[in-house]
Amino acid sequence: MDRRQRLRGDGVGEDQRRLRFALAVLAFLLLTAAIPLAERRSGYEFMGRETRAMQDDDTTNPALLWVLDGEALFKTNCSGCHADLKGVAARYPKAGVSLEQKINHALKKPFPYESRELLALTAYVGRQSRGMPIEVEWNEANRPFLERGRATFNRRQGQLNLACAQCHDDNWGKQLSGSVIPQAHPTGYPIYRLEWQGMGSVQRRFRNCLIGVRAEPYAYGAPEYVELEMFLMWRARGMKLETPAVRP
Amino acid sequence: MITRRQFVGLGVGVVAAGKAVAQLPANIAELRRAALEGAQQKIAGDAPVRAGRVKIDIPPLIDNGNTVPITVTVESPMTEADHVKAIHILTEKNPQPFVIGAHLGPRSGKARFSTRARIADTGKVIAIAQMSDGSFWSETTSVVVTLSACLEDGLI
Amino acid sequence: MARVVVNVPASAKRGEVIEIRTLAGHVMESGFRRTERGELMPRDIITRFSCSYNGVEVFSADLYPAMAANPLITFTTVATESGTLEFKWTGDNGYAVTESAKISVA
Repeated sequence: MDRRQRLRGDGVGEDQRRLRFALAVLAFLLLTAAIPLAERRSGYEFMGRETRAMQDDDTTNPALLWVLDGEALFKTNCSGCHADLKGVAARYPKAGVSLEQKINHALKKPFPYESRELLALTAYVGRQSRGMPIEVEWNEANRPFLERGRATFNRRQGQLNLACAQCHDDNWGKQLSGSVIPQAHPTGYPIYRLEWQGMGSVQRRFRNCLIGVRAEPYAYGAPEYVELEMFLMWRARGMKLETPAVRP
Repeated sequence: MITRRQFVGLGVGVVAAGKAVAQLPANIAELRRAALEGAQQKIAGDAPVRAGRVKIDIPPLIDNGNTVPITVTVESPMTEADHVKAIHILTEKNPQPFVIGAHLGPRSGKARFSTRARIADTGKVIAIAQMSDGSFWSETTSVVVTLSACLEDGLI
Repeated sequence: MARVVVNVPASAKRGEVIEIRTLAGHVMESGFRRTERGELMPRDIITRFSCSYNGVEVFSADLYPAMAANPLITFTTVATESGTLEFKWTGDNGYAVTESAKISVA
């Protein structure tokens, strides 16, 4: 008879119990390694004074160029049904769907990921929730995605064999390559990243992280990205949305 | 007959030529100094450039060298008789030294402007102000530029 | 597409020194970068910015590749009279953008 243990317990009861026990211990360990709610800090607090001023001043925030484009696109494409979308961005991703995907579902003709139009629209919609607390809940609809997102966050990846948690839970505040490691709360997406000298989504940022650990990045729109974003937004629940943020 | 020294020199030359795209030339410090002097010559000619009256406001530790906010202020009444005509910003370690040359005048009210520069590497940033009386004043400040982690290019 | 944004106070007192903020959307390709294959990407930058106040130039700047993308230029001018401020950006590849703003001076 087949005596090989299967990771996903679908057969022998003993294996399933062992697996559940191991997962429970792991979950406990993971929960204790997470940043306590009161100690959470936005990436904003890890930036220099001048970079923060860039974000704070609406008239000189370079993201303004995209927000204005987004306002025009909203008038053309969205205002037929929506007066405004205040509070929406603070509640996304929802049930495995990101804000970009939701917007594209609603449009007659979807915009490609990372296109100027989609970035402009998400920046404009996100801007309408600026200052509001992030509200992604751990409920039944969200749970499977959040669990997968959490698993991704804690899984070692890439040639450097690093998990997100190792830098962003265990070593935030310390320095990596001359930069301070932030806690990885996606409080301001889409952001104007100084490194890109342009606007980008959280998926683009994830790709940078994956390249950083020498892992092959997933394609844009991959469910892994949405699940990770969802988990990180849940992890940042209660923190204020800063869209459009400026980050180094 | 090719000597060993010549042969080694040839080999190094070939390797260096092949990598010329990625590496800086061996005499880069000298090239930069010459470029900065050339730039100063272009701005001030043979006139002396004195330290003072100019203030550079720039983060000493830069979050990202791609976008560095800079504000330059010059003490001046900005009257028709006595004003700042131009403010030039230069860097030491960029591929070419000029960042921006701003032209002001009595209608500016204040000798002050802000912009965002690209600064390639840790080094000096220089602001030179040209006054209406033909004098030149400058300030030099040093900044530290680090490389961001987690880039798109996969560079080390 | 928003190509430039200017921020001018709507009104000012005569003689007051006002601050004007301008932002231009431009990649400012330096001409020093290379593709992965080693080819030099050609320079494409804004080279000049100017501001005229009722037809008189009150500020201008020469821009170089060391300017960051989406260049911000913030400067001051004396509010002399009511009228129009005209802004002009010119650069490589025939780039030319103008914008204007009105100001009322009492």
